[in-house]
Amino acid sequence: MQGTNFDFEKPIAELEAMIASLKSVEGRSKAAAEGIDIDTAVEPLELELHRVMEKVYGNLSAWEKTQMARHKDRPYSLDYIRLIFDDFFELHGDRLAANDEAIVGGLAKLNGQPVVVIGQQKGRDLKERQRRNFGSARAEGFRKALRIARLAEKFRVPLFTFVDTAGAAADLRAEEHGVSEAIARNLMEFSLLRIPVIVTVIGEGGSGGALGVAVGDRVLMLEHSVYSVISPEGCAAILWRDKAMANEAADALKLTAQYAHQLNLVDEILPEPLGGAHRNVTDMALTLKEALVRHLNELSGSGETTLVDGRYSRLRSMGVFQEKVSR
Amino acid sequence: MAVSGWFGRKRKDGSPAEGVPDGIAVKCSSCSQILFVRDFERNQKVCTKCGHHHRLNAHERLEITVDEDSFEEIDAVLQSADPLLFPEYREKLHKAKNTSTSSEAVITGTATVEGFPVVIGIADFTFMGGSMGSVVGEKIARAIEVGIEKRFPVIMFTASGGARMQEGLLSLMQMAKTSAAVGRLGTNGIPFIVVLTDPTTGGTYASYSCLGDVILAEPGAIIGFAGRRVGNQEVGVKLPDNFQTSEFQLEHGMIDRIVPRKDLPLALKTLLEFFALSAVKESVIAGN
Ligand SMILES: [Zn+2]
Repeated sequence: MQGTNFDFEKPIAELEAMIASLKSVEGRSKAAAEGIDIDTAVEPLELELHRVMEKVYGNLSAWEKTQMARHKDRPYSLDYIRLIFDDFFELHGDRLAANDEAIVGGLAKLNGQPVVVIGQQKGRDLKERQRRNFGSARAEGFRKALRIARLAEKFRVPLFTFVDTAGAAADLRAEEHGVSEAIARNLMEFSLLRIPVIVTVIGEGGSGGALGVAVGDRVLMLEHSVYSVISPEGCAAILWRDKAMANEAADALKLTAQYAHQLNLVDEILPEPLGGAHRNVTDMALTLKEALVRHLNELSGSGETTLVDGRYSRLRSMGVFQEKVSR
Repeated sequence: MAVSGWFGRKRKDGSPAEGVPDGIAVKCSSCSQILFVRDFERNQKVCTKCGHHHRLNAHERLEITVDEDSFEEIDAVLQSADPLLFPEYREKLHKAKNTSTSSEAVITGTATVEGFPVVIGIADFTFMGGSMGSVVGEKIARAIEVGIEKRFPVIMFTASGGARMQEGLLSLMQMAKTSAAVGRLGTNGIPFIVVLTDPTTGGTYASYSCLGDVILAEPGAIIGFAGRRVGNQEVGVKLPDNFQTSEFQLEHGMIDRIVPRKDLPLALKTLLEFFALSAVKESVIAGN
């Protein structure tokens, strides 16, 4: 029920099951017969559960983080949009050919102020997943995002984007309609937007498909989200010709929020509720909202030129290399 | 796609091209025709029988593209680091430096092309598959900034399998960095010409390569987002024979023209002449 379905969550699931059974009607009546107060008896177990959870979730490997980021119960863009913003008015279509539902966007209010939001949206059940192409946008999705971003610029309101995709679609239609061009154009156009742009990676930041809505003045990542140039499976297939070595590949790619922060590629890591965002979506949304408001306030004083120049400097600073004459 | 044993060099496995005397002849990988090396090279490595455009390394490309002695390389000193301590990256870099004709997967500099001053970047597929890591992204961004500073048109010849996985997220960010630089070039009114060559895929295609004011491609080049095998195709969808080629991209409106290698000088001359005549005279500063 809490979504404790990963191997590394087994000790947690066992403790939770034990506590639940003790606290069940049956457990309570048994304890009462023995003259035991169940709540007092369970207390050390609950403390132990908390301790185990802190240990497990505080030390997740890169692959475990990937699994967390892909958790079937993980909150998606629309969950946060509904909890953080008011009066969300969803817009549809790229005004060219289609409405790609892997990307959602629209007008909203943040603490009463008008803003524009864009998010990558996976589906909750199979039907919705198919409708949204599992969160993998095609060209139409990136063009829809750009079209909505331009509304924000036109009306001089801030733009918030939420990243959550395994990657852009790579099928025939995506290729025919120019998914590469659509991503490339977003990278360029987002770098030139004359409004504050705040990006949050809420789940999976999968390669170019993620980056296509992730150029901004601030980039935040949730504690257990990931951001990578290639999926661990894809990397493992290339490196070791074995998709099963995704665990090792995730380590090699260092795709965690913590490492991205260390490389100065993201500005802040937002702590998740113990056990992951899906265990307490409301708390997670509160943390996220506080951070979005704070970063927006910091950016709000900047003029348009300062913003655009700052965004360019930010991108220009990304990269690690040596600059010296060899030999 | 590669020609076995061209220039009489040993093949990867150390053996000469099959059944062909080493150094005298090569076999076209496309039509299997045996070609005399001299004829093959004289024809700029385009098969004299089937017209297949075989890959050029950056220096071969430079030689047939820029005016003699006009190229001045910039940023040749930029060297890849191994920020992630990624498995086997150092070894791969070391090997690439020894076997490639270039010191990284792109060379950049100023030159004249048909008499017109330009900034030019040429990707080298022989260096780790032309992959874009921090150095490639930085060299391209700096080259574009030189174009802005000198007000020279920028020409990029692409050839790359995509982002350099071994640099993780840093390499992904080079897509954004190079695209943002192209954005600045555009707001300054400076032309950007892209020539797509075989192959141009992945993150390299989905960034600066797609952003040319004019995009040319050599015939038959592999050009696409995810490789033919990588893309998870829907069941029952038959991929067209020309999927992810220059011809496919032209058909779908993604490129302006397919230009055979021998005709590229004239195409570039025509474009550079047009841009020289129409050049924006006063500087426009990005962000204003
Ligand atoms: Zn041939």
